Amino acid sequence: MSVLEGKELRIIGFLCNWCSYGGADTAGVGRFTQPTDLRIIKLPCTGRINPLFVVRAFLNGADGVLVSGCHPRDCHYTAGNFYARRRLEVLRSLLPVMGIEPARFEYTWVSASEGQRWRTVVQKFTEQIHGLGPIPAFKSGTCLEACLGTAI
Amino acid sequence: MGSQLEDLKTAIRQALPDLDVVIAWAAGPDGLAHTPLFITSESDVDLVQWDPRCSQNLAGYLPGLRGKKVGIVAKGCDARSITELLQEKLIDREQLTVFGLHCQGALDPEKIAAMADCGRYVRSAEINGGELKIVSSKGACAISLENGLLAKCFRCTGADAQPCDQFIGEHGAPPVLKDAPATTLDRLEAMSMEERFQFWEEQMGQCIRCYACRSACPLCVCQDHCAAQSREPHWVDQTDHPREKLMFQAMHALHTAGRCTECGECERACPVGLPIMTMKQALNRQIKALFDYEAGLDSEKTPPLFQFRENEEHIKERKW
Ligand code: SF4
Ligand code: SF4
Ligand code: FES
Repeated sequence: MSVLEGKELRIIGFLCNWCSYGGADTAGVGRFTQPTDLRIIKLPCTGRINPLFVVRAFLNGADGVLVSGCHPRDCHYTAGNFYARRRLEVLRSLLPVMGIEPARFEYTWVSASEGQRWRTVVQKFTEQIHGLGPIPAFKSGTCLEACLGTAI
Repeated sequence: MGSQLEDLKTAIRQALPDLDVVIAWAAGPDGLAHTPLFITSESDVDLVQWDPRCSQNLAGYLPGLRGKKVGIVAKGCDARSITELLQEKLIDREQLTVFGLHCQGALDPEKIAAMADCGRYVRSAEINGGELKIVSSKGACAISLENGLLAKCFRCTGADAQPCDQFIGEHGAPPVLKDAPATTLDRLEAMSMEERFQFWEEQMGQCIRCYACRSACPLCVCQDHCAAQSREPHWVDQTDHPREKLMFQAMHALHTAGRCTECGECERACPVGLPIMTMKQALNRQIKALFDYEAGLDSEKTPPLFQFRENEEHIKERKW
């Protein structure tokens, strides 16, 4: 068990390969100190992001989800982030109806050279999630507990 | 000129020789709701019914009948599903004949059964004036039609079917109804996030995963290829847990985002009576606010999630 157990929350970051992943790398190469709650998943482009990735992450217990891609007009595939912006804005209205605090989800744009901006985003978002605390759990427990319950 | 029903029958009879099948409604097993009727011969036409019990949206059958020459009877809201299917090129306009009707509201059989306290086992039911007269094992009673209408009728924006090849009866405005019932969305909004989450846990705990909501949805055209049943990727697992059922509902909502016409079939079909249209309504409201778009009104328009603007007028991005 990690020494940070209890102190860290689970934040998932979906980053596009061409800009934001590079930006996170730049922040790392620059040795900027950042909170360590974020787990990054690299995707080819924000246009690859199905809003259901975000919903699935929350239902699997993520406390926050961050999506980051190239700035508008800089997408490696020209328009992936423009489509993503529409989809993610629509998703934003679904979360509160499900009972998931909308501030647990953000999307933004960070380019490969913006290491500093990446750090700011990670810091602010992590603080925001810590302000909200862990995501509510199901009263009926986890799926694993449900399975074990039936098996016994 | 005869009644609307007689005119409808005449129109179907005349068109039938050129069509493979006409989808209409016939009397249902319990008198509270009519049931779909697939007309292939002239003798079937006598069975056709048209009154407020024609609640089911028949448009859902159209994609499965693609390639055939199909006639369909449609209320105002059903026609919106047809428009959406045309817009997405899931059906062909030239193969389709729409018999359009002016609708004065469709009944909600579950609501009526609850009001009449008669269950779904009625002996007979008939519409007389503004009332539905029901005879069940618990005796006879009468329910005013207006009180028994589906929730969507209170929000009706167009009671005349459009598109339409043959309009039956007179054009008219949507029914004027007072006292719209509060929606689940309204009720949810009065709750805290935690309460909303618990609400869904409790609701989804009752879901039996029959997928009737999916089968009934006119826009769920994937059916047996549904992502909810794929093992790779494994979107939804087989565990009997509200989490997975909620995931499926989120999937249904997001897969119909910008497409759902709020026809209400998903809720009407749910055997447990779960308020599963709520998430779709929330998405529709957002889509209207962001893109000034409503599904099922114009088959020539590009759906909002199939396009973008470089500068989105109504989207405010966060500055970090
Ligand atoms: S999601 Fe429900 S309300 Fe929307 S189109 Fe499908 S069946 Fe109709
Ligand atoms: S129709 Fe109702 S019970 Fe069946 S899968 Fe859908 S929500 Fe669950
Ligand atoms: S490649 Fe970065 S958003 Fe498309």
